[in-house]
Amino acid sequence: MRRFLSALIVLGLIMFFISTLPLIPEFGKASLSKVSRAFIDKDVNGNGGNVQYGVSKDLENGAANVVTSIVVDYRSFDTLGEVTVLFTSALGVGIILSGYKRKKFGREPNFILRVSVGILLPLILLFGAYVFIHGHLTPGGGFPGGTIIAAGILLLYLSNEEFDLSKTVKFVEGISGSLYVIVGLLGLAVSGVFLINFLPTGVVGNLFSSGIVPIIYILIGFKVGAELSGIVAELHREG
Amino acid sequence: MVYYISFILIGIGIYGFLTQKNLFKHLISLTIIDTAINIFIISLGYISGEEAPIYSKYTPIANFVDPLPQALVLTAIVIGVGILALGVSLLIKVYEKYGTLDVEEIVAKEGK
Amino acid sequence: MINVIIIFIGILMAISAIFAVESKKIIDSFIALSLMSLLSVFLFVIMKAPDVAITEASVGAGLTTAVLVLALRKIGGDKE
Repeated sequence: MRRFLSALIVLGLIMFFISTLPLIPEFGKASLSKVSRAFIDKDVNGNGGNVQYGVSKDLENGAANVVTSIVVDYRSFDTLGEVTVLFTSALGVGIILSGYKRKKFGREPNFILRVSVGILLPLILLFGAYVFIHGHLTPGGGFPGGTIIAAGILLLYLSNEEFDLSKTVKFVEGISGSLYVIVGLLGLAVSGVFLINFLPTGVVGNLFSSGIVPIIYILIGFKVGAELSGIVAELHREG
Repeated sequence: MVYYISFILIGIGIYGFLTQKNLFKHLISLTIIDTAINIFIISLGYISGEEAPIYSKYTPIANFVDPLPQALVLTAIVIGVGILALGVSLLIKVYEKYGTLDVEEIVAKEGK
Repeated sequence: MINVIIIFIGILMAISAIFAVESKKIIDSFIALSLMSLLSVFLFVIMKAPDVAITEASVGAGLTTAVLVLALRKIGGDKE
């Protein structure tokens, strides 16, 4: 009886959603808005124009990945808010699950697991670091790079009983978050606007280009990796 | 089309909230609704026949799909994981206090 | 041709979501949730969004399953 009534309510809700479909543009026929056009041509302040790979120099920010330039340079304040939300959730997990001691398993981890983690772990950490260092040239960036590093550290927790990294992880997380705000305040001291791009931007497509965008993505990669490792470490203890 | 897939998944998530009794199933329904809404936001910016928004030597003319919804969804995915971690830690505390994870038994113990 | 692939993937996602919501053992629904996240990566690649695809693949199929399984082990398994 309860399932039948809920199925009826859900069916009515889906019919209501489908009836509002004529208000949305059809799938595959949307049109770019003026804001998106300004972000792609990199002329928000009115001094941009034709952008070419490997040729144009000294643009507003020379990142080849358009999504990276939106997340880190044009809407950088929203990324600061998102970093704060992640920090609050890690803080909540740490407060609610406090007071548990570390309990041993009582049996040895598997031999195959121990040997293969010793071979795989440097490759996983290297791949995570590659993804967040080249965030402005190839797809990826700080957020998936930090998640890959946290997956590598979870593997280390599963295969070794004496491993405890909690104090280092909390220190790294605090330092990275503070450095992000300090870079913003340096922009305020140099040019008068919070979080402005004050380093010179080179040619589009080089590794050392586009101002402070690689620096901020390296800091975000460290912070997200340390945060997710802290969440995994809190849930791993026994009570 | 992709719009219909997103609406059906939202419906399945709400159905899971209304009928299941175990508290873990409530968290799983929340994650299903989260993923379905991310698919819907990105499908609003797709233009058929254009390329992914990265400058390279293979695209001399810059005709890209809309990059603005992708920048919004990139943040929303990572916040979903944070919400799940906080919900799971609250669930562990509820189990320690009441000894069960069944919604009707918890309401019965609370009303006594 | 693309429409046929999108309909096929959509039916697989709906079946997997229904199985995740209505199964008897709890650990079966965790694995079905991970399968649904992995199928949504396919839709992101078809709609030409590579950043979102990499993020959802490493978060949805790695970290979500790990957090849920560790919590289930902490309350002592699935007693039913």
